[in-house]
Amino acid sequence: MKNILEIENLGLNLGSNKVFSDVSFTISSGEVTAVIGPNGCGKTSLAYSIMGLKEYKPEQGSIFYKDENINKYSIDERARKGITLAWQEPPRLEGVSVRKFLALGLESQKKEVTEEQLESVLKEVGMSPHLYLDRNIDDTLSGGERKRIELASILIMEPELVILDEPDSGVDIVALNNIGTVINKLKEKNTGILMITHSEEMLKYADKAVLLCHGEILKKGDPQEISVFYQKECRDCEVDDYKSHREKRQQMQAEVKNIG
Amino acid sequence: MDDYKMMVNAYKEAGGEDVFSDSEVAHVVLERDNVLGSHEVEGLEVNIKKREKGRVQVEIEVAAAAVIKNPVHMCFGVLPEKGLQIIDMEVNIGRGAEIEVLADCIFPNASEVKHIMEAEINLAENSKYTYRENHYHGEEGGVEVQAEAEIMAAPNSYFYSVFSLLQGRAGKISFDYQADLDAHSTLEMLARIRGNNEDEITIREAGVLRGKGARGILDSKIALQDKASGEILNELTACASNAQGHVDCTEVIKDEATARAVPIVNVEHPEAKITHEAAIGSVDDTKLQSLMSRGLNEEEATEVIVQGMLKG
Repeated sequence: MKNILEIENLGLNLGSNKVFSDVSFTISSGEVTAVIGPNGCGKTSLAYSIMGLKEYKPEQGSIFYKDENINKYSIDERARKGITLAWQEPPRLEGVSVRKFLALGLESQKKEVTEEQLESVLKEVGMSPHLYLDRNIDDTLSGGERKRIELASILIMEPELVILDEPDSGVDIVALNNIGTVINKLKEKNTGILMITHSEEMLKYADKAVLLCHGEILKKGDPQEISVFYQKECRDCEVDDYKSHREKRQQMQAEVKNIG
Repeated sequence: MDDYKMMVNAYKEAGGEDVFSDSEVAHVVLERDNVLGSHEVEGLEVNIKKREKGRVQVEIEVAAAAVIKNPVHMCFGVLPEKGLQIIDMEVNIGRGAEIEVLADCIFPNASEVKHIMEAEINLAENSKYTYRENHYHGEEGGVEVQAEAEIMAAPNSYFYSVFSLLQGRAGKISFDYQADLDAHSTLEMLARIRGNNEDEITIREAGVLRGKGARGILDSKIALQDKASGEILNELTACASNAQGHVDCTEVIKDEATARAVPIVNVEHPEAKITHEAAIGSVDDTKLQSLMSRGLNEEEATEVIVQGMLKG
């Protein structure tokens, strides 16, 4: 499968803090690449750098989307090229209806929106169009409801590359099934998916995985192997200072190499 | 084209519905001090008296227990570039009566227009009055609006008002509504205004929750850009047991716009409660970037957020 995104030696500092460095991996069309790691390892910052948020402009490395270096493009320019992000905590948009919000992604691409499309994507995430289309995305909706609407807004856009930032956080078990449905729908449309997660449960949806530790790639490859490794080595990891962590990581990387 | 048609056309262009030929919908069309059209329905009486030049008195009476089915449309305005319109309005809602009024104030060609509204609104027991006032002032900013109202709400009555200007220039707006509420009556007073260029907007909403169990919400939102300035002075007082209320002042600014918000809450009874919030700042970055990740540029995303805030 053709690579839709190539990340080469990407590095980001926020102030004097290193967030991630030397991050390289690829994402293919119609495939799910998961970036997994414990809280604070730099996953969401990596997602924001790829999406082009202005505070997360990488200092090192390159992002190639469909063979074009997109480092210079802003968030909306990247979105119009076919990249989008499903936010971990979708914001409340007072006075903006679900109908309006879902339509925006197509209208920005100068595409027409039909009632049928709006209803269809809401049904895909298990929401009744009749009950939700004319509601506002404000504090009358729960975080879980906003999350489902966020996923519906991704489906309607039919992006070529989507970043799902912690898609399972803050949703109930029913909604977890909807996430699986959304991922499968996106794959059917040949969308490349970057899934950010700290839960090994979510790796079942992934075709390949990247394990991030303190802003550096510890291991990448088969999701099941990464899942086993993550459960064994990372979940109960008690190393909390960066220097010791680096030493432990180097030791583990050497072990991985020897086994390989 | 006669003045009536011009007013109706301007009204429609400003987003108003074409209701003036519907016999079941009461309406008043007033251009400066000229009554261009009016229609009453059962239970509603409207008397308009011309006073000195530019000034009219409008009296609205809703009979006790009358429930006016369709919203009453009032279209006020000044068509020429220059002009004066002063409206002294007295509204009396009878016991148990209900009415909704949609007032559109349109000054599409204004370069030097003054519109003054002084209203006295009395709600009898168990009555309900909903008043939606939409303004369209054209693109030149040549309108000065002074709107003042005193509202007296008897026990168990309900008063809702929303003053909005969402398109074009605001010019100079000074808005001052004051309500006094008896027991178990409810007040909801909202203002939604956007200003640009050198518009000047001052809003004062005030309520006194005098009776036991009275409820009040004062909610003002202004969006400002360029060199526009805005000031919100909202004040809510609770004087009786179980009187409860909330004051909200929100202003979003960009460019060289300036804003000031002063929410004042007074509680004069130990079993009363009033909360307040005030926020002034630019458009929230998280919301902005969320919309930009759907392909909207910064200006388009800001517009969606501001329009949403003003409609919400």
